[in-house]
Amino acid sequence: MLIRQPPDIAGSEITSESIYLRRREFVTGAAAAVAAGALGLPAQARAGLTPLSFQPAAPAQAAQGFYNGEPKTPFEDVARYNNFYEFGTDKGDPARYADSLTTDPWSVTVEGEVARPGQYPLEALLSWFDLEERIYRLRCVEAWSMVVPWVGFPLAKLLERLQPTSKARYVEFTTLYRPAEMRGQRSAFSTIDWPYVEGLRMDEAMHPLSLMAVGLYGKVLPNQNGAPIRLVVPWKYGFKSIKSVVKIRLLENRPRTTWERIAPREYGFFANVNPEVDHPRWSQKTERRLPSSLFRPNRIKTQLFNGYAEQVASLYSGMDLRRHF
Amino acid sequence: MPLPPKSLVFVICLLPLAWLVGLAAGNALGPDPGQSLVLFLGLWALYFLLLALAVSPLCQWLRLPALLRYRRMLGLYSFFYASLHLLAVATYLVGWDWVLLTAELRERPYMLAGFAAWLSMLPLVATSNNYMVRKLGRRWAKLQRLVYVATAAALIHVLWQIRSDFGEVLLYTALAVGLMFWRLLRFRRSR
Repeated sequence: MLIRQPPDIAGSEITSESIYLRRREFVTGAAAAVAAGALGLPAQARAGLTPLSFQPAAPAQAAQGFYNGEPKTPFEDVARYNNFYEFGTDKGDPARYADSLTTDPWSVTVEGEVARPGQYPLEALLSWFDLEERIYRLRCVEAWSMVVPWVGFPLAKLLERLQPTSKARYVEFTTLYRPAEMRGQRSAFSTIDWPYVEGLRMDEAMHPLSLMAVGLYGKVLPNQNGAPIRLVVPWKYGFKSIKSVVKIRLLENRPRTTWERIAPREYGFFANVNPEVDHPRWSQKTERRLPSSLFRPNRIKTQLFNGYAEQVASLYSGMDLRRHF
Repeated sequence: MPLPPKSLVFVICLLPLAWLVGLAAGNALGPDPGQSLVLFLGLWALYFLLLALAVSPLCQWLRLPALLRYRRMLGLYSFFYASLHLLAVATYLVGWDWVLLTAELRERPYMLAGFAAWLSMLPLVATSNNYMVRKLGRRWAKLQRLVYVATAAALIHVLWQIRSDFGEVLLYTALAVGLMFWRLLRFRRSR
């Protein structure tokens, strides 16, 4: 009797030739960025980062939350005002010191409750998906915010491809640990237990808004913004959107994230933007939309789920958001 | 060795402010200039406080008792920068929103610590003129101990806000503790 084996790879998953042929564009882009960094060019010069090809965000996608019509925070500000403690705790430190980071070669290790574990070169991941633009609000727990046009692919698509097992209930992400290139990791007085770890519940990770970003403003990510690949979860405080990801683990139990370990009273696992639940150090009722100026501080009211309640509130129905902050 | 005149030191102490105004005018304070302004002013208030505390030990170590004449000015400058810091906080972080301010004070005690530091400097500032020094006499010297309260409160204010890296603030704390320790030793020896 002839038993027909289903093909290992579904037809829908096979990369089209046009994308396959484009796979090197990203690699050369990343290499050019690294070369620029190695030459010690200032950030302004590196604004000449390699362009990516992607599907631009359109106003029609506003209902899905993929498009935002508010004024965008200029590239210069997005690329010079960063919290990336791997390079220092000052907002200017990442732009100052992230040039030292080598982003090529880069690979992402996939482990845990997943049918296709392995170490995937960045080029492989990029060859699997078309890139798309998402214009998102970014709200930092420190009460400032930006509007950023990211370029990337949905995390859900990546997870579908990796095939989590039925046991997988959480996704854990880990940032690169490389003290030789990340001066913040060499600090003797830091309370952070490197590497930086973040996590999402499976339904959060599968939400269409959750993005793996590889670019911003149409070009490959500057190092200080989490090159070459980072997470962007727009309805959560910025620290959830982990940068320079090298490992993704699918887990049965909830991972302990870095900030939870340092100050569990201040930083919860969910960290959903919520003006009603204050952080002990910053009121979360308002935010400074950047760029602000001395004569126009640009303070605006913070919205529940950072304005994405329509898309994500159902994920948390029945949950006490004060307790699960 | 001739020491620079007080007027020169007075101008030098204004340089950080001039630098800050220059940065602000040149739009070089970054995308969140209010926050940068607040940080800058607060740090210089702390620097001047530590400098003022360092004057007495320096007089002894360098055998330059004449240094003492700058101490009052350094203390007053600390208050000057602390006051500007307070104004900047009210303007840029609280937006003169009294409801928000009371909520902030209640929920973020580090703000209270900072305010306490500023308050405990007020009596020192009010009695810093020659007339008050003469009039209060020994009580004036006693009142000066408030500067230790101000320093402790200022350091608590800073330490409380650290999110993950203690390096820089530990340096200031070590300096302050060292300066206090020196006084303690001297006090015990003089008894």
